[in-house]
Amino acid sequence: MDIFLRYLQVFAVGGLVCFIGQILINKTKMTSARILVLFLTLGVVLEAVGVFRYIKEFGSSGITVPIIGFGANLAKGAIDGSKYGIIPAIIGGMQKVAGGLTAAIVFGFIFSVVSKSKTKRM
Amino acid sequence: MIDKTAYSEYVNKTVPKTQELKTLLTAFITGGIICMIGEGILDLYTATLPMLAQEEIATLTTITLIFIGGFLTALGLYDKLGTIIPITGFANSIVSPAIEFNREGVFQGVMSKMFDIAGPVIVSGVTLSAIVGIIFYLIEVFA
Repeated sequence: MDIFLRYLQVFAVGGLVCFIGQILINKTKMTSARILVLFLTLGVVLEAVGVFRYIKEFGSSGITVPIIGFGANLAKGAIDGSKYGIIPAIIGGMQKVAGGLTAAIVFGFIFSVVSKSKTKRM
Repeated sequence: MIDKTAYSEYVNKTVPKTQELKTLLTAFITGGIICMIGEGILDLYTATLPMLAQEEIATLTTITLIFIGGFLTALGLYDKLGTIIPITGFANSIVSPAIEFNREGVFQGVMSKMFDIAGPVIVSGVTLSAIVGIIFYLIEVFA
């Protein structure tokens, strides 16, 4: 029952985040890049002000899987690094997301090279 | 009977609304399901890979989701999900333009077009995290 409730919370929080994103897409005609940057920035801010932790406690993957979690991780790495000096503070964010970024670039590259380009759909 | 102009007015009024509602509902459901899959992968790794630290499990989960997002995009299936907000959508935003331009070659096509959408995300993310790091370092030193 606990597990069921946790997954329900994940679904609700994750669904809500994507719902808000879709409202922005429908209403503002923002490009994908702008929306992703906006949500990433939101994640950075939420982590920097210390709120992200509480949302994560409730929503778990519901908030970490959206790009907000990527932003929060960047900020978390930077904040953790800031305790050890200026260099760790500056590079901490990248260190924290290095795994995801490496995966995105390497898998992205491999998948793009091996797939055939289709005729452009409008 | 309803005349033609009234009918088309009616159609114009209702169609975009129902379509919009449908996109919102789809975004909520697919977004929620993708996050639940993420939670499932996290639970699976936690149970099967006890030697890994919690942070490594989280990273491995992200990597897995990115793999899935890129793979589904390569198969041409991701667009049907229509959601860019989860990290799978970030993978989609890399693979999708890269595939479209891969006939232009590996360098000018794939390697540069990969970052059509991801580029702004990475640049702003890295810059923001450096700024946050410097601010928190200054707080650490002077506060």
